[in-house]
Amino acid sequence: MKPPLLASRIEATMHLIPCPYCGPRAEWEFQWGGEAHRPRPDLSADDATWAQYLFERRNTRGPALERWVHRYGCGQWFHLVRDTVSHEVLAVYGVEDRPPDLVVEPTP
Amino acid sequence: MRSGRYSAWRLLREGLSGHRGWGPAWRSPEPQRHYDVVIVGGGGHGLATAYYLARTHGVRRIAVLERGWIGGGNSGRNTTIIRSNYFWPESAALYDFALRQYEQLSRELNFNLMVSQRGLLMLAHTPHDVELGRRTFNAMRLNGIDAEWLDADRILSEVPSLQPSRFPILGGVMQRRAGIARHDAVVWGFARAADSFGVDILQGTEVTGFRTDATGRAVAVLTNRGEIGAGAIGLAVAGSSTQLADLAGFRLPVTSYALQAFVSEPLKPFLDTVLLSPATGCYVSQSDKGELVFGGALDLFPSFAQRGTPPILEQVVAGLLEMFPTLARVRLLRQWAGCVDVVHDSSPILGPTPVPGIAINCGWGTGGFKAIPAGGYLLAHQLATGQPHPMAVPFGLERFSTGRLIDEAAAAGIAH
Repeated sequence: MKPPLLASRIEATMHLIPCPYCGPRAEWEFQWGGEAHRPRPDLSADDATWAQYLFERRNTRGPALERWVHRYGCGQWFHLVRDTVSHEVLAVYGVEDRPPDLVVEPTP
Repeated sequence: MRSGRYSAWRLLREGLSGHRGWGPAWRSPEPQRHYDVVIVGGGGHGLATAYYLARTHGVRRIAVLERGWIGGGNSGRNTTIIRSNYFWPESAALYDFALRQYEQLSRELNFNLMVSQRGLLMLAHTPHDVELGRRTFNAMRLNGIDAEWLDADRILSEVPSLQPSRFPILGGVMQRRAGIARHDAVVWGFARAADSFGVDILQGTEVTGFRTDATGRAVAVLTNRGEIGAGAIGLAVAGSSTQLADLAGFRLPVTSYALQAFVSEPLKPFLDTVLLSPATGCYVSQSDKGELVFGGALDLFPSFAQRGTPPILEQVVAGLLEMFPTLARVRLLRQWAGCVDVVHDSSPILGPTPVPGIAINCGWGTGGFKAIPAGGYLLAHQLATGQPHPMAVPFGLERFSTGRLIDEAAAAGIAH
């Protein structure tokens, strides 16, 4: 029997991400868009505040609040609660919504 | 050395007496109540820090704390490449210092690091690659780093196994002094040498917090084996840097990603250099055992999983086959990922932290292995003197508020 092509084998083991508009789709259609809920500082903020906003990261180990975009699909932005150790998607919510109750929102 | 000096004569003598006299290469001591310096992280960088603290600065009471076993993190998960083909003078000085140490460390540590300076060739597949490659080549020469520009004919005669098809080869930058070293030997060599100076290597010791005094200075490390007092604390934990910084109460400009690596089944020798192909997204070398050791880009989203995702696996394997189509039937023996600490400017963070008493060595991202001697030497200097070494000054945390970043995003050759 002809062995399956590498590509189809990989498709079968692909991590699925639930787009709120398109349903579960393969991970390579999506792009991680950074940590969620980081309020932009006022333009008059000092250098240290801007440095914090631009560079410092929560870099959560475990359930993290993230922005994602369905880049090669509908192109819509949305939020995920994703475990950065198991890669399990714990919740999906809209781009303008607050995070669900299952996680305590960390400080920005 | 507790394990005695290694030599050909010693090997002969032990061989004749049934190999019963070697002794362990390092001890497994109980933690003491207080050390002059406590280093968190028993990978290459942490153990090298302990070694240089003892050897260069004469510090005697040193402990290295490791949650798992030494060399079990990124030191055991890299693709063993050593090189110094960086763009900015600050980086070139740093990485070439490390490469110069690698060139003589086997002798210094009395441990064979199996350094093989087989060269690293970065291929140019398009006119744009040629321009960028020439730019890298010129920058390296200006920085005093050895570099050669090879044209396509020269490359195909030096690496006759290359079979470019969709990605023609137009030239490439060769650093002859680059190559590979055995990753475990680097860890074990530094561990054995540090132990011979009396450094306590405490494996299975997980840090759960830090204790500060009334002035806010960190004075002790809390661990699963009790509290350990410390005159100074150094962090060298790569992808877990953020979690230790959380325990200490400060934030870092670090995001942790998975970086995958792959090993094929062993093949007859056909590749005697390290090849890097930015356009196909793959770099590869052949180990002494004949296995192809290769890797490529970072995984697409932050991860602490230490395992890779299929899209990048597919991309990297496809890149290898673009260079060597005849490998299509070769099977993978192993695949794994390390948890790498990526910083916005792809340069390391070396120096003091916002918490007095704690210094850090992190942010090497996808290229920490090659820098082990430099990272260890510079963190040791910081811990022993309380001041950054001149070579480390540009790499301090303050660069993120001054804006003086050292952008080495192109230095890996692969888009990270």
